[in-house]
Amino acid sequence: MELSLERLRGLWRGTGPPAQAPLPANGGATAGRVSRAERGETLETRQSRGLDQFFGSFRDQTGLSILDLGGARQENINFITSLGHRFYSEDFLRILQETFSDGVTDQSNPGRIDYFLRTSLDYPDEHFDGVLAWDSLEYMEPALLTATAEKLFRIVKPKGYLLAIFYAAERKQMVPCYTFRIQDPRTLQVSRQGERAASRQLFNNRSLEKLFHKFESVKFFLTRDNLREVIARK
Amino acid sequence: MSSMSNMPAGRMEPEPTRGGPASIGKAVKIAGQIYSREDLYVDGDVEGTIELMDHRLTIGPNGKVHAGIKAREVVALGAVQGNVEASERIEIRKDAKLVGDIKTARIVIEDGAYFKGSIDIVKAEPKVVPSQPRPQPVAATAPAAAAVASGGDAKR
Repeated sequence: MELSLERLRGLWRGTGPPAQAPLPANGGATAGRVSRAERGETLETRQSRGLDQFFGSFRDQTGLSILDLGGARQENINFITSLGHRFYSEDFLRILQETFSDGVTDQSNPGRIDYFLRTSLDYPDEHFDGVLAWDSLEYMEPALLTATAEKLFRIVKPKGYLLAIFYAAERKQMVPCYTFRIQDPRTLQVSRQGERAASRQLFNNRSLEKLFHKFESVKFFLTRDNLREVIARK
Repeated sequence: MSSMSNMPAGRMEPEPTRGGPASIGKAVKIAGQIYSREDLYVDGDVEGTIELMDHRLTIGPNGKVHAGIKAREVVALGAVQGNVEASERIEIRKDAKLVGDIKTARIVIEDGAYFKGSIDIVKAEPKVVPSQPRPQPVAATAPAAAAVASGGDAKR
């Protein structure tokens, strides 16, 4: 009996928990690793009229559902949950990369488009009070972009808002990669790291109006750093 | 004579208390319900539910947990699929992956971690301390009693 118990104990003994380095109070953003600056990230803090409009529409409300398509960022989680809202996270660009790893030509494949939407936006209609798309729509080819915009329209509640950001320069092959972190209702910390292949879609006011034509209203704000902020209201 | 204690034959000596949490190694796979009254480290595969109401659950880098989780604190370094309730806090480390809905008082998520789901921040309700009874005002008969003690002039 002694031998069998000893064997059983052996099954339960693993390598044991490694010594865990405590996370710093800032959520681990720079926890003993290469800092953003060292990784070649350019950081900039700027005012955002689109963000101001987005959160201004929810002033004095709590318990809303806000979807962030930029992946889970500590600052964005802290900000939205501090307002008493439920935070939903999707890493849109990661799923885009995983679904269409063959390159942009695959983005017109209906099966792939359907799979992408089922993986990333599998939510009931009229589920969200607000959606923060950031710049994730900029990397989509027309067929995928149209289908995604349609799906986003369906999952936003009536009177809900969508904020999207597009690089406003002339059509280019490569556009900067940005990460957006909310500092307060009017201020974004924008970090730029590298570039990625741009969509062949041209994003000007006219094309964006057409993209979001189902929304009741679409407003544009052009920033000094050549970003076009779009706020669409259903 | 045996060097063991004088315990009756067939009974084992109680296991001396070891330091550190209970641990599930990376070669172990469990399907079912786990209840623990101590901290738990999971580096293997678990499917089902895990409950450690007042303790910490750590999912190691090799851990793959496909389970509903309830604990005081949850630290994820591996993969978790399932809803997570942590009364105090949840940490999702850089290479971790968590898919599910989270309910907790505090969340810490490192850059690079993958999270898909919803987050509800639920602060613990502050403990209600029963208020001390307020001192009652001095009764109106006290001055009469004092007058009696001083010679009874109040009665006239």
